[in-house]
Amino acid sequence: MAVIETTPPRDGFAFGTGTIISAVIGALAGFVIMIVVGVTLGLITGAFSAPPAGAAGLAGLIMGAFLGASPPVTRSSNRTRLIAAVFLVIVHLIATFAMPFGLPTNIVPVWQVMALVVFAVLTTIGTSLMIADLPSGQVSRYMAEAAFIRTMKGLGFVIFTVMVALPFYVMVMTSLKNQAQLLANPLDLSISFAGGFEGLFSSYIELFTQFNFGRYLLVSFVVSTATVLLTLLFSIPGAYAVARLRFTGRQAFARSILLIYMVPAIVLVIPLYAVFSQLGLRNSLIGLLIVYPATTVPVALYMLKGYFEGIPAELEEAGLMDGLTRLGVIIKITLPLALPALASVSLYVFMIAWNEFLFAFMFLDDPSIFTLSRGVVSLNSSEVPRQHLMAGAVVATVPVLIVFLWLERFLVTGLTAGSVKG
Amino acid sequence: MRKREAKLAFSMLLPTALIVILVVLGPLVANFWISVKPVELADLRAPTALITERFRGDAEAVGDEVELEYRIRNSSPNQPVLDAAFTDTIPDGLRITGLDPRCSLSGQALSCILGELEGGFRERFRLQAEVTQAFLDTPADVRASEPSITGSGVNVLTSLDFTWENFRRVFSASEFWSVLRVTIYYTVFSTGGALIVGLFAAQLMNTAFKGRGILRGLFLFPYVAPVIAVTFTWLILLDPFSGTINAMLVEMGLIDGPINFFGTREVDISVFGLTFGFPVALSTVIAFEAWRYFPLSFLFILAAMQSVSSDMYEAAEMDGATPLQQFWYLSLPQLVGILSVLFLLRFIWTFNKFDDIFLLTGGAAGTRTLTVQVYEQGFALSNLGAGAAVAVVVFFLLLAFALVFFRFSPKEGGA
Repeated sequence: MAVIETTPPRDGFAFGTGTIISAVIGALAGFVIMIVVGVTLGLITGAFSAPPAGAAGLAGLIMGAFLGASPPVTRSSNRTRLIAAVFLVIVHLIATFAMPFGLPTNIVPVWQVMALVVFAVLTTIGTSLMIADLPSGQVSRYMAEAAFIRTMKGLGFVIFTVMVALPFYVMVMTSLKNQAQLLANPLDLSISFAGGFEGLFSSYIELFTQFNFGRYLLVSFVVSTATVLLTLLFSIPGAYAVARLRFTGRQAFARSILLIYMVPAIVLVIPLYAVFSQLGLRNSLIGLLIVYPATTVPVALYMLKGYFEGIPAELEEAGLMDGLTRLGVIIKITLPLALPALASVSLYVFMIAWNEFLFAFMFLDDPSIFTLSRGVVSLNSSEVPRQHLMAGAVVATVPVLIVFLWLERFLVTGLTAGSVKG
Repeated sequence: MRKREAKLAFSMLLPTALIVILVVLGPLVANFWISVKPVELADLRAPTALITERFRGDAEAVGDEVELEYRIRNSSPNQPVLDAAFTDTIPDGLRITGLDPRCSLSGQALSCILGELEGGFRERFRLQAEVTQAFLDTPADVRASEPSITGSGVNVLTSLDFTWENFRRVFSASEFWSVLRVTIYYTVFSTGGALIVGLFAAQLMNTAFKGRGILRGLFLFPYVAPVIAVTFTWLILLDPFSGTINAMLVEMGLIDGPINFFGTREVDISVFGLTFGFPVALSTVIAFEAWRYFPLSFLFILAAMQSVSSDMYEAAEMDGATPLQQFWYLSLPQLVGILSVLFLLRFIWTFNKFDDIFLLTGGAAGTRTLTVQVYEQGFALSNLGAGAAVAVVVFFLLLAFALVFFRFSPKEGGA
């Protein structure tokens, strides 16, 4: 500790390893952000061109070097960032011969300017965040690794967000197009108001008027909600018994529940198909309402059991002392305390039932009792244009996403606490 | 007291046990049964005898000759109907003149005993009758009284016909081993992919920042959205003719022509002079699986990371450990437990998965796994027995995995 490191002056510009690392980080940021911004611009406006990522990398390199050379204390000030951004834009414009996105300037000029601003802001702020307090000159291993991790995280955010959001974006945008537009330019995912409201949502209007989607939506809601109720009805007493009551074979039972959850649906489908066909249950919602709860009860029981075990037994014993029956204890004490668990189990079961494909596909032939999953699959034919298929996908996705976002915190805690599958 | 508690417990568990036995364990056993039976999809409709009635001839005057015709057939082309018989009511005013020897008449009630109808049986069964005045006075509709026929078909599911043919077909087909190989590749790489991507995502989210809640919600979308929605979206996104990704890659000059991601079995790639076939469709399916299921491992890993106390990191920081060292020597060892449990659970679940591949490729282009093979044999080729035989293979492999799982899982249930 006695050795005092020679630190570069903190108030002036300095060059060294830190500057080089900063330049590399800046180049990487410029390169990646140009691709993302350029592609986004192309998809939004329909004027697609390969984004000049190389030029942007060069601009980022110079900008990063400037930021890295400037003293760490002033790096996060708006003035330095503004200068860096201006640097970036100028170098980029020179390197691309004033075509910042590879597009002629007279095409969608307003969008191009906006995209350029977004690119400059994201790249500058991103780079300065990733560089953070990296010294301009000599860099310790700790500092270098920290900068490396920040850079990886920055890239990670961009890549993950694009990876997750792109398919959903394409799904929604495709559903708002018409056949001619899709064939003319598959890269044009802009929203066109030329046809007015009806033109924009024509696929949805057709789905609900000609393809009976209103009914599928209703059937899906009924089936999913009924599955949730039936599952709770079966699993609450079961979970309570396994969690609280002493009986021989309790451990074995708890374990076999989890084992049953690992039985794949595809192994059950042939016997169930055969037997349900002969009993006349196959092409009916009753059949689905027998199969769905049976497949969800084990996992619901397991999740609830975990939660019930966490509720202090003393509370229930007090209730028993006061003259409540077991049933009274469950209804008046245990269930109110277990509300979060009930919410997460309900949401999870609802999601499973809503998204279920295999049994709905195998069992249902009659279009008047199709669930949404089954209905969307029936759109997958060469006669139905694909914007209808995507509109169907959106219709199937939106309700379950709404329910999910509404109850997300319950699902997250419930899933991780109960330790379940996918 | 103890006994009463046990009794209560059993009564509370009874409904669950019943529905699980009926819908899960029962079919599991039934699979073994069906797998050794020569049963086709068409055999599910048990053969039944069908009858329709016709009235032939004109009834205009007393003494006119008319005919009652019963058309009888067996619905099944190859299975017999046993003990077939039918009854009908002859309309008032028709006097039967020619009675088939198999029939008997008491009053106006006709009953005929047909015996066994072999597969594909068809017969026109005629009775002559004479019109009387009563019929002309009140011309009854002859078809008003429906004939009713009885007979028991042999139910192929409950018969005692057994065969090893299904298993012989499953194992002797040369594709079995390639299906098995694809299944193993698919399961191992999809599971590993989802875990690694999830680990990265958890690393990203393990620091507090503005908008973390929103981003976490977004990251869960692939897992929450219905499988039909995301599979069709990927299909359209990667479509070789009008898919966004292909158009984008071509536009950027990264590829020469569109790639049929879900339809290309293999592409030869040479690295350092070594040429090997790269399975395109299978890799795309694996990428899809990693995309769709990383949220789950992400959630679990994040939860595990957040339960690690920060003291350790502070101590490591004091000792001068660099960030990568902290990750390697502190974070990873803490996560080994959850990672291995996740791997085993996900492994089994990926192995079980049917919907995703079925919807993406239908098992074409070298992506047919065992679960898709169950469907292919049972329903696409209409051979339920063979499908069940594949399902039995699936079950035994799964049993082996589950044994491994319970061998390595912590003693006090679950993760």
